[in-house]
Amino acid sequence: MEKFKLFIVLVSFFLIFANNLHAQSSDRVNKISKNLRCLICQGQSVYDSQSDFAISMRTLIQKKIDEGKNESEIYEFLKNKYGEWIIYDPEINKNTFLLWLIPLILFVFGGLLIIRKVSIK
Amino acid sequence: MIKNFKFIIIALFGFFLFIVLLQGLDKPNNYSPNNISTKIETKLTARMLYINKEISLGELIKKNNFSIINIWASWCLPCRNEHPYLIDLQKINNINVIGINYKDIEINAKKFLKDLGNPYSEILIDPDGTKSIELGAYGVPETYLVNSKTNEIIKKFIGPIDDLKFKEIVKLINNGKI
Repeated sequence: MEKFKLFIVLVSFFLIFANNLHAQSSDRVNKISKNLRCLICQGQSVYDSQSDFAISMRTLIQKKIDEGKNESEIYEFLKNKYGEWIIYDPEINKNTFLLWLIPLILFVFGGLLIIRKVSIK
Repeated sequence: MIKNFKFIIIALFGFFLFIVLLQGLDKPNNYSPNNISTKIETKLTARMLYINKEISLGELIKKNNFSIINIWASWCLPCRNEHPYLIDLQKINNINVIGINYKDIEINAKKFLKDLGNPYSEILIDPDGTKSIELGAYGVPETYLVNSKTNEIIKKFIGPIDDLKFKEIVKLINNGKI
């Protein structure tokens, strides 16, 4: 009886452990796919979409994680295949520098306006 | 004076924004990536449809000067329309047409080829679609013209092959020969 109890405990421990491992890797798939644009659907991420493209993409990400690839390697791989557009977070380059600069300019400009207002009063 | 100054700054900023947005209007709406790798993934391996054996894409491509890689499925209606063009393309010298069967059931795929003819020198199967993603595909049908010597993708054709695309492929192959 004791042995049987031990067996049950061991099996359940193993199940929880395996489950946890699986959950961890699918968490990573979710994290990566949330940051990828589904290229054939409008305004959806790979995580949201149920299109064939997105489903295959998620399977591929899972496979790559199982192979031991890390996040940036996967992004790099997909960027190489589909271009930078697939990643939601744009890089700073000559096409996108305004995108990064305008909020900064606005911030400084707004700050100046406030300082002016305050100092006038 | 201060009011004037503010007005000028805001007007200048508005003008600046206007110019930026106006520039954006001129850009074509269709997304065509330009920094995409033009090399075909030769290391990609997959099982073949008729022979139960894994083979790498590089091995299949080697056989001829040019390769056409066509992603298709029996459930895909536009694939039926482009099929006659593939059969015509396969008749061109020093070219081999390689099929990638996308998310399909094998029996259906075989029936499709039995009914419409088989233009492919070899067919790889891709049951979960991941091989196609590794090639950089968007969906079915999709066709790549590949230079087998350099493993370079000469052109990607997204969507079914029609008269125009067929003529373009033939022209590209003829130009490449010289």
